[in-house]
Amino acid sequence: MADKHVQWQDATVVERGEVAEGIVRVVFQPSLPVPARPGEHLDILVHLDSERTDERSYSIAGARPDGTRLAVSVARTPTSRGGSDYLHRLAPGDTVRITQPLQDFPLRVGASSYVLIAGGVGVTAIRGMASTLKRIGAEYVVHYVGSDRSRMAYLADLEATHGERLVPHVTREAGRMSVAELLATVPNDAEVYMCGPIRLMEEVKRTWEANGRDITALRYETFGNSGWFEAEPFEVVVPRLGATVEVGPGESMLEALERGGVEMMYDCRRGECGLCEVRILDLDGRVDHRDVFYSERQKAPNAEMCCCVSRVLGDGTGSGAARVTIEVS
Amino acid sequence: MSSEASSRATAKLLTYPLNGWYVAAWDHEVTSKGLLARTVAGRPLALYRTKDGRPVALADACWHRLAPLSQGKLLGNDEVQCPYHGLRFNSAGRCTGMPAQETINPSAVVPSFPIVDRYRYLWVWLGDPTLADPSTIPDMHQLDSEEWAGDGETMHALCNYQLLLDNLMDLTHEEFVHTSSIGQAALSESEFHVTHDEHSVTVSRWMLGIDPPPFWLKNMRDKFPGFEGKVDRWQIIHYYYPSTICLDVGVAPAGTGAPEGDRSQGVNGYVMNTISPETDRTCNYYWAFMRNYRLESQLITTQLRNGVHGVFHEDEVMLKAQQETIDANPNYEFYNLNIDAGGMWVRRILERALHAEGRGDAPLSQAALVRD
Repeated sequence: MADKHVQWQDATVVERGEVAEGIVRVVFQPSLPVPARPGEHLDILVHLDSERTDERSYSIAGARPDGTRLAVSVARTPTSRGGSDYLHRLAPGDTVRITQPLQDFPLRVGASSYVLIAGGVGVTAIRGMASTLKRIGAEYVVHYVGSDRSRMAYLADLEATHGERLVPHVTREAGRMSVAELLATVPNDAEVYMCGPIRLMEEVKRTWEANGRDITALRYETFGNSGWFEAEPFEVVVPRLGATVEVGPGESMLEALERGGVEMMYDCRRGECGLCEVRILDLDGRVDHRDVFYSERQKAPNAEMCCCVSRVLGDGTGSGAARVTIEVS
Repeated sequence: MSSEASSRATAKLLTYPLNGWYVAAWDHEVTSKGLLARTVAGRPLALYRTKDGRPVALADACWHRLAPLSQGKLLGNDEVQCPYHGLRFNSAGRCTGMPAQETINPSAVVPSFPIVDRYRYLWVWLGDPTLADPSTIPDMHQLDSEEWAGDGETMHALCNYQLLLDNLMDLTHEEFVHTSSIGQAALSESEFHVTHDEHSVTVSRWMLGIDPPPFWLKNMRDKFPGFEGKVDRWQIIHYYYPSTICLDVGVAPAGTGAPEGDRSQGVNGYVMNTISPETDRTCNYYWAFMRNYRLESQLITTQLRNGVHGVFHEDEVMLKAQQETIDANPNYEFYNLNIDAGGMWVRRILERALHAEGRGDAPLSQAALVRD
């Protein structure tokens, strides 16, 4: 709340460099600097192609204390919806439109201990929290999960800064990390902050709840940009409006519907608020529920979906294209 | 101090630093039975206590549609329910329940501010929470010490908080504003000494061999029935950042050694003052008068509280009139007198704190915007 007085501004790119395989760090000089706090993100106006722009959220991966420099780190995904491509193309001297830092993932000061969990490029949000916790002398541990050291941004820096408090989980070296074992080490009154791919976050959430832990002590942020499956093209039909739209792998179902002339209601566009809910009338394929709005129980029957992040894909039998028939509000 | 602060005109409407402890309420005002709405430093707060007595300060606006949480109700051990759509938040400000859905939006939080129960007050920190160190709460230990007795009240003052700090840092006004109780010509005739450090300012004034004004004669006679004669009177003003002023005041029979440190033949009071800015033109002024004699007498406690209430009402009237005149004369500036030295050091400390928060040069209406 309270921090939603979104102030857009011009910012100049002053630095761009690769910080891990497929991850670039872009440093901006904002025209209206304000200090950034742990957990904050920027919305950036990204150019998807020569005509279309959209807003994307990126965690702040570092900032000067006075806010005159703000950095983001962006992973290029094979199925980018256009945002990461745009940011990877930026070069020093370019001007972009960004917001001032926005807070939806505040770090609470005063917990007796903290466990931070970063997955992949989700480390950007966690890194700032870790430095703050170190500065104030808090009790904390950082778990950093990645497939391979070469793809883990800031790993050396984090190890140097946090020493034994930084626990790397490198799949290539040690196999897949056990979420259950990790959570077993979390003290009862600790707060957990995590940012990473939805598969990791869902598993942590499910295990956390199954263990009967306090759900408000598990904090996370999702930008709705990862799923259980790779994005595939699929077709969406709205019979009442006579609309049929093809959803490309690099766009959301919501974007495709709007492109097809369907006036849609939405707000957060990251699978949190539930405003973009559509009712599923018929389904050829499976739904990749990428939101955090529905409970597991609600997701199972595939009766509704959050079209801002969730997708449809083939059922694996190879019989024709995936398709969903929906009713919109 | 940098030249930009000292070259600036004396601010008529000073904004307030956020990195500092302000009193949000008396300890007894905040309970686990209901919510109290109070605005501190431009930030509306919903105050309550958990079932086990811990004080809580949440921003008084629901995450969803900004309905006032202070009009909601307390549930469970530490939760508040919004009166409008029933969202629930715990003492950390985290949403624990949303209507008509099975999950909770992970972004749903309201700010929960550090708040500490100390010296009969609840102290709240509205700035950067990583800097909130309870050891920097101003020393007001006389309020809950066994060696002192007394009581106080809250005044809702219709002026910028700095006008009240000015008022307490220069007590020569007593001669003119408080003529019938504590005022006397000796106040403006005697010298005063000012010292300061990074977070505090002290102004000391001794008036030797004077007639006690009515308020002090009564106090002397409470301790020493039938007392007559001249006194040595002291006023030692202690300011502590951001807005607490403790006045060490008293009288002792003239020549009995009070200036040298032996106050045993006299009476000593501590006027505990702490001022919480509310808006740019209003503040809540929490005060108490504590004494270190006749601790057993509730009668004296009540008499002193009522007496000081009367004295402070005279200030209240003057400060309101001063604020109105300031607002009615926007083109006139403040000038300073030698007697303002203490108040000017307070301003310097506050301006430096505002500067450190990056808000030093902002006009008040913008500087008051809290990012959280």
